[in-house]
Amino acid sequence: MHAAHQEDRDPGSGDGAPGSARAGSYQAGSPSAGSREAKGSGAEGSRAAGRTVFEPAEIGRAVTRIAHEILERTNGAGDVVLLGIPTRGVPLAHRLAGRIEEVEGHPVPAGSLDITMYRDDLRLRPARALGHTAVPASGIDGKIVVLVDDVLYSGRTVRAALDALGDIGRPRAVQLAVLVDRGHRELPIRPDYVGKNLPTSQRQIIRVLLTEVDGEDAVLLSDSSGAPGGDRAGR
Amino acid sequence: MNRHLISAGDLTRADALLILDTADELAQTATRPIKKLPTLRGRTVVNLFFEDSTRTRISFEAAAKRLSADVINFSAKGSSVAKGESLKDTALTLEAMGADAVVIRHGASGAPHRLAGWVRGSVVNAGDGSHEHPTQALLDAFTMRRRLGRLDGLRVTIVGDILHSRVARSNVLLLSTLGAEVTLVGPPTLIPVAVGAWPCSVSYDLDAALPKSDVVMMLRVQQERMNAAYFPSVREYSRRYGLDGTRMAMLPGHAVVMHPGPMNRGVEIAADVADSARSTIVEQVANGVSVRMAVLYLLLGGSEARS
Repeated sequence: MHAAHQEDRDPGSGDGAPGSARAGSYQAGSPSAGSREAKGSGAEGSRAAGRTVFEPAEIGRAVTRIAHEILERTNGAGDVVLLGIPTRGVPLAHRLAGRIEEVEGHPVPAGSLDITMYRDDLRLRPARALGHTAVPASGIDGKIVVLVDDVLYSGRTVRAALDALGDIGRPRAVQLAVLVDRGHRELPIRPDYVGKNLPTSQRQIIRVLLTEVDGEDAVLLSDSSGAPGGDRAGR
Repeated sequence: MNRHLISAGDLTRADALLILDTADELAQTATRPIKKLPTLRGRTVVNLFFEDSTRTRISFEAAAKRLSADVINFSAKGSSVAKGESLKDTALTLEAMGADAVVIRHGASGAPHRLAGWVRGSVVNAGDGSHEHPTQALLDAFTMRRRLGRLDGLRVTIVGDILHSRVARSNVLLLSTLGAEVTLVGPPTLIPVAVGAWPCSVSYDLDAALPKSDVVMMLRVQQERMNAAYFPSVREYSRRYGLDGTRMAMLPGHAVVMHPGPMNRGVEIAADVADSARSTIVEQVANGVSVRMAVLYLLLGGSEARS
């Protein structure tokens, strides 16, 4: 998932994205250097390189709070369908569904929505492997779809997700839940539920680790030089 | 992945699995109300068919259109080829029209390989003479994996006119890459001389091979490529190498019957076998679209600048 944010940044750095101008020109000088660097250092996988900004317990509390907010805002989550964006949005969607069921006692359908085929930067890199799309059997027509992702950055992933949703059905409403909002939007997109607002510079890298994918829960912040890697190849 | 798909033998195990996994995801779009993805918007795919074809051409056309590519269909009949234009000049014409991919079927083995040297876009082999038909092998492997859940260690028996079959060659190459054990069965006159170099075993006795098969793939006798008598009569061929109800009963309970089409009912496959629950023939056609979408996406979906 984190790779997406790396990739998202590349096209954006050229067209005057918000944030420090110096950071922008630094990126524009070598459009894909940042992500390649991150990929290269992936083998090290040392989380020591990043500063922990979100402890496991905080992630748990944030998920619980978002679950309660979804319940309040949707009057008991009766028609809610949670769709996680691969990779790390998917376990988050299932965690939210679990919390909501604990509180309300009725299950909430959760699934995944791969957006690779709808990306706006497909032509900037070699064709990538697709993630898995699993729309709950109930479908999304007339439902309130809550898109779930780990990090909200440029907003391009969410735009792609909105396009993908339109081809699957017609939800009554679409909402957005993210664990971390790091700012630097390049599109008019805002989240409805946020785990934590994390002001960052565009040079920094946010990395979300989840037990289901990475074996542990944490959110790490590091500078792009010597950034921790992770499974970039997935996206 | 290479820039072109000319031979199933060019695919590594990782490439082949990537295509099959991608096809698995893309197969889902066939069940959605909108069966279209915007991925190849603005790309042009040319279907260049010098030989007759129903399902392959339509399948490639459907695959390209579901990915939002523009499709130009070209068939040799009624084109300048009938006036004596060469393959190279035809290719350069397509090049000038901005084809991002050329899907070619040609009667001459090696034509796609030559074409790949002349055009800048990707070349996809949709069958060249009696050489190869890699997307057919991919869709066959995809169908086997969907029906039986695995490819590793699967026992696949390919029966019939191996000599003239591009499907058999591509399947042998791809399936051996993916870990399946392939046995070719046919009359000795229809087994290629060089088969000893292929990664498979050979048998002349269909009845002995059937009980040991998870998959049996029947091939059509390609009369149009035959310039001599390879067997005494169609009736005798059918008796010894045709799959009828009695022979089908010799297969293990889980085994499936495949046919790349077009089939000659009553010759290599009996009508009741073709229409039985074991038959994957119609499934193979549906899977063909998903697999060809995967191939077109992986060849054209990414950056143009490739090393």
